[in-house]
Amino acid sequence: MEPLRPSDFHDGQPERPVEQPRLGLTGWGRFLWRQLSSMRTALALLLLLALAAIPGSLVPQRSSNPNGVIQFQRNDPELFDVLDRLQLFDTFGSFWFSAIYLLLFISLIGCILPRTAHHLKALRQPPPVIPKRLERLEHYRVESMSGDAQSLRDTARAVMKKSGYRIRPQDDGVAGERGYLRETANLVFHFALVGILVALGLGTGFKYQGQRVIVEGQTFANQLTSYDSFNPGRFFTEGALAPYAMTLDRFDPTYQFDVTSGRANPLDFEAFVTVRDATGATSKSIKVNAPLAIDGTSVYLLGNGFAPWITVTSPDGDVVFSQPVAFLPQDSNLTSLGIVKIPDGLDSQLGLLGFFYPSAIALDSGAFTSIYPEPEQPLLTFNVFSGDLGLNEGVPRNMYSLDTESLTQISGGDTGVDSLVMGLGDSAELPAGLGSVEFTALPRFVSVDIHRDPTKLPVALSATFIMAGLVVGLFVTRRRAWIRVTQGTGQKVSVEFAVLARGDDPGLATALDRLVLDFSQEYESKLTSS
Amino acid sequence: MIDFASLSLLGVYSTMLVYTASFLFFTFDLAKRSATEPAPAVVSVGAGAGVEPGGSVPAPAIPRSGGYQRIATTLLALGLVLHLLATLARGIAGSRVPWANMFEFGLTATALIVMVFLGSLFWSDHGYLGAFVSGFVLLALGIVTVNFYVDVVPLPPALQSAWLVIHVFVASLATAFFALGAGLSIFQLIRARFEARGMAKARLMRTLPSSAVLESLAYRLNVIGFVLWTFTLIAGAIWAERAWGRYWGWDTKEVWTFIIWVLFAGYIHARATRGWRGSRSAILAIIGFGAVIFNYTVVNTVFTGLHSYSGL
Repeated sequence: MEPLRPSDFHDGQPERPVEQPRLGLTGWGRFLWRQLSSMRTALALLLLLALAAIPGSLVPQRSSNPNGVIQFQRNDPELFDVLDRLQLFDTFGSFWFSAIYLLLFISLIGCILPRTAHHLKALRQPPPVIPKRLERLEHYRVESMSGDAQSLRDTARAVMKKSGYRIRPQDDGVAGERGYLRETANLVFHFALVGILVALGLGTGFKYQGQRVIVEGQTFANQLTSYDSFNPGRFFTEGALAPYAMTLDRFDPTYQFDVTSGRANPLDFEAFVTVRDATGATSKSIKVNAPLAIDGTSVYLLGNGFAPWITVTSPDGDVVFSQPVAFLPQDSNLTSLGIVKIPDGLDSQLGLLGFFYPSAIALDSGAFTSIYPEPEQPLLTFNVFSGDLGLNEGVPRNMYSLDTESLTQISGGDTGVDSLVMGLGDSAELPAGLGSVEFTALPRFVSVDIHRDPTKLPVALSATFIMAGLVVGLFVTRRRAWIRVTQGTGQKVSVEFAVLARGDDPGLATALDRLVLDFSQEYESKLTSS
Repeated sequence: MIDFASLSLLGVYSTMLVYTASFLFFTFDLAKRSATEPAPAVVSVGAGAGVEPGGSVPAPAIPRSGGYQRIATTLLALGLVLHLLATLARGIAGSRVPWANMFEFGLTATALIVMVFLGSLFWSDHGYLGAFVSGFVLLALGIVTVNFYVDVVPLPPALQSAWLVIHVFVASLATAFFALGAGLSIFQLIRARFEARGMAKARLMRTLPSSAVLESLAYRLNVIGFVLWTFTLIAGAIWAERAWGRYWGWDTKEVWTFIIWVLFAGYIHARATRGWRGSRSAILAIIGFGAVIFNYTVVNTVFTGLHSYSGL
């Protein structure tokens, strides 16, 4: 039985004329369905899909490059509005991209469901009988042999079976077909594609991912308020967060200084943590290519830097601020930018805009720069702003940026007052007798991403089936073979061989040679053994 | 201590020199094909010839290739030896696999193209493709060395993974198969055009197989390329999950890997669609290979994304 294919499927054989029946209403419905599940539609949708993905690489995407999107908006707000209305910044979730892949999958399902039913039926049926006029086939050979016709027929059956053919024994010979696995594998491949889509559709809602900066010595407790940012799926509930706490004991980077380029090449980043959950405390390590698995979530090491410990003291000697502040790295030598906000305890609210240089050198201009990412010569500088930090209105503020609109700069820049400059352990007086600042200690920080993604397993499983289906489906060939043994006059017996391709089959001629050869050898060994 | 990086570069230049010679001889061969009558083709495996029980199937006769082609192929093989030594030296210089940045990827991928081509000559005579292969590899090697060369630096933590060995190597192998497939598709288009104009008897054309044979060869190479590309995509996703915390994020490189996959999936469907077999599907395969080149060059250097390991 033929594998069922769409009406415009080309199996590499000469084309047959197409019959066009008159169509009724159901006929039209069937016609439209056939159009949707035809090869040509699938092909058009595939090419459209490739085309539709291109803008996703030309325009920054909210999913992969949110900062790029913000920058685009800032640079060209008018063009941004037009493109945004076309959902070009969310290409892969846009209505047009979704429409294409959903149609493609409908077309795919419309194609593979009938094919599966058909294939299951074919698997239960014997191969088609020997054609009456075998000699009309292109790959045909006839041999004249001497021997017993029945014995030759038995040999034919044995040889076909041995060569992997599913056989139908007949009175005058044997019919066989092989390579059913090709259709099976092809169907598995396409079902696995649907599997990925289903897994994504069902699992995505249960995903969550959060980011958190942890300084050495600090402990992160896995609850919603602990995260710096959190993106839950649609069906996320807080109960889904596993109860555990994780302390960053130490972060160890390793660099190698490259003499020729003057650059520091990172060799290794490793964070040592202690995880506490119901079972107790365990020491673990997280590396860039080795995330830590805790209770169905994965913890990834995505960034690191320095978090200088800053102590601010009022003129009366009261400590008004004392904690590590994560400074965001700005270059590969970890020149870092950080913000300290002091809303209470001093005469005026203060904002400190700081730069940290792990290995500082002074440039001719007087500015500093860092020449190595390790703290060989740590240096901290601050420009001081006083006024209203804007924290009183209850509007959420970014802890990594300083809104200077209602602040007055009182040191650094054009103020005529020098910036505060401190080495590790040094203190500096704030301008206008506001108090003093101390660079107390230099812990490091890491930024971790914590993900739970229930789509991983079903998608990985589907991918395995995709790969297996592809390899088997493309390299197994489906073909038919027939051997007919006819008693001639006297002792002469004529043995006819023929093979027929089902689909692309460059090895067909060789297959016929092989079959004839195997038959001869089998028959000969049978004669010698008896 | 031996400076393996410089040695490797010297090897690359020598390779290019030998490839240039090979390219010249391959073009001489093409010129000769169009100038002289081809030797009568030896008919292989007499169809219908009886095989006696116990007899053996005669081996298919290999069509005679011209003297120029033999010289060119030998030179290409010699160049490949130098090419592989240069690649090996680069790997020793970095004490790791020689495909961790754009220059090294180019070096390895071009070696694989030549390797797959020479290997494929064993089962099918398509020496006519030699000018395309040697010319393309020479050009690619030159561009890569001039524009993408970087000094050997240790692997950054993000690249320290077994998947670097697997994912990138299979990607370059897929590239090699796609390159040869594209070469055959180009010849197929040219030949089909001559056939359509009834000029299939033009001298050069007579030494080429028919467009149907070229198409079937191209298809087989592209299908292998497609399987390898699918593997590249899946292996990349597994690695991305380990290193970046998600298996798929529509990073620019991921987008283009997906586009290439869909294009070749389209090509395979096109070959099974009435009206799309032949030249149309060949054009798709060539566009697909164009996208592979685009993905390697423009996406790596112009677009911003996570795959910025070119070191440029």
